[in-house]
Amino acid sequence: MASVKVHLTFPEDKIKEPIIYNVGHEFKVITNVRKADVREKKGWVDLEITGEPSEIEKAVESLKKKGVKVDPIEKNVIE
Amino acid sequence: MSKIRGLICRECGKEYPAEPLHVCEFCFGPLEVNYNYDWIKGQISREKIEKGPKSLWRYIDLLPVMGEATVGLYAGFTPLIRAHNLGEELGLDELYIKNDTVNHPTLSFKDRVVSIALTRAKELGFDTVACASTGNLANSVAAHAAEARLKCFVFIPGDLEAGKILGSLIYQPTVVAVNGNYDDVNRLCSEIAAEYKWAFVNINIRPYYAEGSKTLAYETAEQLGWTTPDQVVVPAASGSLLTKIWKGFNEMHKVGLIDKVSTKVNGAQAEGCSPIATAYKNKTDYVKPVKPNTIAKSIAIGNPADGYYALKVVLESGGAFDTVTDPEVVEGMKLLARTEGIFAETAGGVTVGVLKKLVESGKIKKKDKTVAYITGNGLKTQEAVINAVGSPVFIDPKLSAFEKILKK
Ligand SMILES: Cc1ncc(COP(=O)(O)O)c(C=O)c1O
Ligand SMILES: [Zn+2]
Repeated sequence: MASVKVHLTFPEDKIKEPIIYNVGHEFKVITNVRKADVREKKGWVDLEITGEPSEIEKAVESLKKKGVKVDPIEKNVIE
Repeated sequence: MSKIRGLICRECGKEYPAEPLHVCEFCFGPLEVNYNYDWIKGQISREKIEKGPKSLWRYIDLLPVMGEATVGLYAGFTPLIRAHNLGEELGLDELYIKNDTVNHPTLSFKDRVVSIALTRAKELGFDTVACASTGNLANSVAAHAAEARLKCFVFIPGDLEAGKILGSLIYQPTVVAVNGNYDDVNRLCSEIAAEYKWAFVNINIRPYYAEGSKTLAYETAEQLGWTTPDQVVVPAASGSLLTKIWKGFNEMHKVGLIDKVSTKVNGAQAEGCSPIATAYKNKTDYVKPVKPNTIAKSIAIGNPADGYYALKVVLESGGAFDTVTDPEVVEGMKLLARTEGIFAETAGGVTVGVLKKLVESGKIKKKDKTVAYITGNGLKTQEAVINAVGSPVFIDPKLSAFEKILKK
């Protein structure tokens, strides 16, 4: 088992979809929301994803495919 | 009793030991250093600082290291220049340039954060240091790692200009050019930092590293005779520098070094990468990530780690955020060079351009004592101005030829 911490940014048109719930069902991962700010036109979620590394990878790929921006929890560290 | 209590979560306040940690296990918020200010207040004084080394280490009582300085002993204490000419041109009575284009040894403010980070990394027992960077930070980490005899890995996007890479390669670190874009390097480095026991200065060492920027505020206040300016203009990428300058002024007040802080903190971004300035303009506290597209590459961070905090500082202090276009960046660089004889990199062009706008819009007033932070050297970003500086006048080696061009 492994776990990753990610910062998700949702596009406007995806805010109403149960995206996090869905990845938890499509893949063998446990999702755990730690912090979030979701409003009418924007939203971000700090999420912990736990599972086998291959399943986590698939879950992250699936999030990206749905148009969610997936960043490391520390966001952009390039300076 | 010592000056550091440990680390503390900026969001939920949970405390941690002073280890290489950077994210709160509970709320995933960023960690920062937690000081014993009461104890520091009893130790520190203007006289003691004035007798200290002519480097940022004169403020060691407020820096997150346990022992003595061991790396980067000559960083900081750069000139605060009274900019009469630029002030006159912009219509300001009292303008200063904090000139970090001449920081030792790699000519940007990153020498401040890196000397703290590597001194702390050695204390924590690391033998390898690393960073994710597109320029200034990589140069500074590579140089200081050489000095400290630490192993060094520098991660950069694969499509970087040759000139940028040279400033790191010369110090003989392992430069890893990642096949991918900015976002890919970023994500990879977070993964590597989680797997390897290395000191990643801007990831797991970030709480210590970031504190180095406070010294820009300490020096400014000391150089102004232990007072704070009315206005400062600061370039913002991740937003860390801006946040820490504010923190620095307020800490000086807290430990009794200055009487009051009445400084308005203004943020400068390039229009092609201005997520924090956009949030400011839209009056929202949500910093929406963007894809950077600007010549000011050193400050092109699309999803800034401290964007939210930088925005808060600007609002709390009564300052403003503004932006300039790429041509205005070049104009800003040329203006600073022409009036003050200082060749700044693109980030300096952004700062000068935004300073000009803030004066024009009346946000900075003629009588305001103002400090502009010029954070990097122009010799590193020559591409930006190569087509904007004209060329020499070519003549034959004859007096008559010379006199002919004099008459023109
Ligand atoms: C020359 C220069 N100025 C300013 C900054 C902004 O720093 P920060 O990321 O702390 O906002 C950088 C950062 O990378 C830089 O290289
Ligand atoms: Zn927390």
